[in-house]
Amino acid sequence: MATLQDQIAVNATRRQRPWYYLNGEERLAWLLVLPWIIGFLAFQLGPMLASLGLSLTEWRMFTPPRFIGLSNYAEMISGDPLVLQAFKVTTIFSVTSVPLRIALGVLVALLLNARVRGLAFIRTVYYLPATVSGVAVAMVWLLILNGDFGLLNRTLSLIGIEGPYWLTDTSTVLASFVLMSLWSVGAGIIIYLAGLQGVPNELYEAAEVDGAGDWVKFWRITLPMISPVLFFQFVIGMIDALQEFAGPFIMTQGGPGNASLFVMLYLFRQGFEFFQMGYASALAWVLFVYIMVLTLLIIRSSAVWVYYEGEVRED
Amino acid sequence: MAIRSISESQSRSRVVRLTFIYLVLAVGMVIVIMPFLWMVSTSLKTPASVFKIPTVWIPDPVVWANYPDSMTILPFWRYILNTAQITFLAVVGATFSGSLAAFAFARLRWRGRNFMFVLVLTTLMLPFQVIMIPQFILFRSLQWLDTYLPLVVPAFFGGSAFNIFLLRQYFMTISPELDDAAIIDGCNRFGVYWRIIIPLSKAALMTVVIFIVQNRWQSFLVPLIYLFDQKKYTLALGLRLFQDQYTTDWELMMAAATVSMLPVLLVFYFGQRYFIQGVVFTGVKG
Repeated sequence: MATLQDQIAVNATRRQRPWYYLNGEERLAWLLVLPWIIGFLAFQLGPMLASLGLSLTEWRMFTPPRFIGLSNYAEMISGDPLVLQAFKVTTIFSVTSVPLRIALGVLVALLLNARVRGLAFIRTVYYLPATVSGVAVAMVWLLILNGDFGLLNRTLSLIGIEGPYWLTDTSTVLASFVLMSLWSVGAGIIIYLAGLQGVPNELYEAAEVDGAGDWVKFWRITLPMISPVLFFQFVIGMIDALQEFAGPFIMTQGGPGNASLFVMLYLFRQGFEFFQMGYASALAWVLFVYIMVLTLLIIRSSAVWVYYEGEVRED
Repeated sequence: MAIRSISESQSRSRVVRLTFIYLVLAVGMVIVIMPFLWMVSTSLKTPASVFKIPTVWIPDPVVWANYPDSMTILPFWRYILNTAQITFLAVVGATFSGSLAAFAFARLRWRGRNFMFVLVLTTLMLPFQVIMIPQFILFRSLQWLDTYLPLVVPAFFGGSAFNIFLLRQYFMTISPELDDAAIIDGCNRFGVYWRIIIPLSKAALMTVVIFIVQNRWQSFLVPLIYLFDQKKYTLALGLRLFQDQYTTDWELMMAAATVSMLPVLLVFYFGQRYFIQGVVFTGVKG
């Protein structure tokens, strides 16, 4: 009985306590989180809202901004074919690169999961490219993909294939970037491997008793069991891929003929080369909404293909 | 007899299978390593042999001079120093402010905790481009352009949500009984953070440090927007300048690229345990 009375007393004080009264622990907690909150408001949320306002103006940095309503958005849809091109390029790249990266990563992880010797060493080697990024990597790939003396075409010529001019040919330039992105699947491999090692062995044993082969086991057990991991990587990978910048900036400058004009590149150009801050803000918002819509679509679709343990399904 | 022959054929098929797996993995490793080898090999060549067909893998003569040359054409040592300075400040700021926030999320009970944590996680999804332009305008009005402040100050205000998330996940695995014991012994809440949680989380902090170093050392877009004076350039900007001006001097460019990658690769080599742990722990990187 005493405990019940205590409970009532606690509830009563809790109800009486005004929302702004904080005990010592709570005060400390808010104090510790305060830097992040300030950073979030000043460097993220504030700028984000400001950019929504800016997207409704014409502003060339050196003259005061002028309110022009939705004209920037109208211009994007009807007056600027490069916007559509940039979104097309970015989308093609992302929907090719991300699934391929996942497939390749899972494949290597499956091989590594076959209790191979020297796992730590092999894993390190595969992870290596994921540690480097940016300008240096772009320079190396510029050399590898060179049509005349690049390593790729040299290798292809050994088996009698005359490779294309990867980066200066409109039909291969995006494929080049996809290829480059496949080089650094290492982080994915480690995540998938951890996922594979988490699949309980009983499931495979039970399936073997029922006479299931490797193929069936992969499709019916392995894949469903690691599908939450794949789902998460898919979402993060898409958000990342849609923001591709350093590669195209260094290697092609969007060329040839805008065939590798990624949205981020176009955004950078509008904002920091033409100083069209209003237009660039509108572009950023459209990209943001686009990423959000794609992410929501992936999350919606996940009900069909992602399996969570303990979930009840009506088939 | 029958049983033995089955197990023999099973073990043989297992050998065939393993051989196949090793073969595929080996080919994959060669492909993965090739660009690195090609970079180093090219960095030691004479200009003529860069273009030579058939392919030369081991340069003859080995031109070590490419390294000092590439480092002196542009003030690369200065770029390295600049980048190290920015990276150091970002590491200090982000690990300190990030671990404090993570401690509050993992260890303290307060109203609003769940809401705030979800908010932190949401910013993981926030693409940089949406805030890039207004942030630029903000820092411009603060007269921070062409200084390191835009690159460093945000790190002191929580840094990336990823770090907070990783540290919070790790702090959660430390037994709360330790906190209680420390408090009974007269430690206050902040003492728990400083004397219990931090010393026990060296591995997780190391992971965070390594990720920040890797990220900052190679970051390109942010310095590109904020730094104009070539004396203040970071390594990534210096490389870009180099590539712009000496487009055909591949051997020098590759020497510079090798030098710039070396610290990252070394950090990875010595800290790979933490790297892999961090990747597995959060499932976020990639």
